[in-house]
Amino acid sequence: MKVWQCVVCGFIYDEKVGLPEEGIKPDTAWADIPENWACPDCGVAKADFEMVEV
Amino acid sequence: MEPIIVIGSGLAGYSVIRELRKLDREVPVMLLSRDSGDYYSKPMLSNAFAQGKGAAALVQTSVVEMAKQLGITVRSHTEVHGIDVAAKRLTTTQGEPRYSRLVLAIGADPIRIPLQGDAADAVMSVNDIADYAHLREAMQGAKRIAIMGGGLIGCEFANDWAAAGFIVSVIDPGSYPLASLMPQQAGSQLRAPLAAIGVDWRFGTSVSRVDSAATGYTLTLADGSQLQADIVLSAIGLRPRIALAQTAGLAVNRGIKVDTHLRSSDPAIFALGDCAEIEGRVQPFVLPIMHAARALAKTLAGEDTAVVFPAMPVVVKTPTHPVAVLPVARDAVGVWQTLASGNGIKMAFLDAADRISGFVLTGEFAAERSEMTKRVGTPLAATGKADNIVAAESS
Repeated sequence: MKVWQCVVCGFIYDEKVGLPEEGIKPDTAWADIPENWACPDCGVAKADFEMVEV
Repeated sequence: MEPIIVIGSGLAGYSVIRELRKLDREVPVMLLSRDSGDYYSKPMLSNAFAQGKGAAALVQTSVVEMAKQLGITVRSHTEVHGIDVAAKRLTTTQGEPRYSRLVLAIGADPIRIPLQGDAADAVMSVNDIADYAHLREAMQGAKRIAIMGGGLIGCEFANDWAAAGFIVSVIDPGSYPLASLMPQQAGSQLRAPLAAIGVDWRFGTSVSRVDSAATGYTLTLADGSQLQADIVLSAIGLRPRIALAQTAGLAVNRGIKVDTHLRSSDPAIFALGDCAEIEGRVQPFVLPIMHAARALAKTLAGEDTAVVFPAMPVVVKTPTHPVAVLPVARDAVGVWQTLASGNGIKMAFLDAADRISGFVLTGEFAAERSEMTKRVGTPLAATGKADNIVAAESS
């Protein structure tokens, strides 16, 4: 399981935790999140997230 | 080959380079910055306090690491004084580099209004990470903060600090928060929730004097009232930086004028971000920058590409009462309609053909942002969704 970070606002997506409030279950791999998904904090696209070291 | 030179290491400058590197690892790129060149999240400057983040913690990637990751040359702490468009050469504090193509990503300056009083110069504004570091220093021991301007940045700071226990006053000549982005019914939704966490709203007036007091400052407002503050922050708005382009003879208006290809009146010079006026519009928000950066990167990589902006909602980071808005142009023809209300409001702007062309979602409705964005351009009833039109207000 990996952790991804929005390059714009620093929002963290942790695959282990998912985003239950947005309907993304825990253990959802980044690759399985729809391409049209947007950062809940700043609205940038999935393509603007980068993987960060954990 | 002369490098592509990018001036400015903010979100616009770094995004265009990051996108370019996805397409072309080889073309030489030089980045000039008058700052350190460290990469940080500017949107976080106005909501970092409650998260306990100081300036240093906001730096996501150091300039050295950025240069390595992107394979670029960076000249930090470098001011650009002039552009010789004929020779394609810059005059800077660190030499005179030549460019093949030039990207202006130089941002905007905070608008400052002239003030009377012996402490008028003590008014702060926060436009970059260095300003933020100064502010955090000033906040040591401070209790009362006055914010001039109840727009997006003013509201975000007010929420951030009030939640942290500061006494926050917001002074704005308008009659409700976020007035430049949305109608009164929507902007007013912020008033009570923020007042409940300690924000003292002062609408319909402005600051005229700032004077030193025994501790902190005394502000005198245009309506004659006074208030005390330890910190005065100006958050009135931004003015694109156009002087460099103007002096070089490029076409400017409110911003540096560029076409849909982000190209200025000189074919080798491009502009994007807060300094640019794209086809007549200055859009100092995150999403327009990301879209512009992607299109410009393609053009720089050899595939001439026009930027196409989709519906780009703006998120106002006021966690006490979150807001998402797709603003409409000031001269747009249509009406704002209230679709639902409760702990917040949901409004849509319907154009002359009854299509949704803007929206505001606040409070409990803010989470419907992506759903509403998909409905932009469609008639209100087209989705078959039951929207109860509660009230209509003429624009």
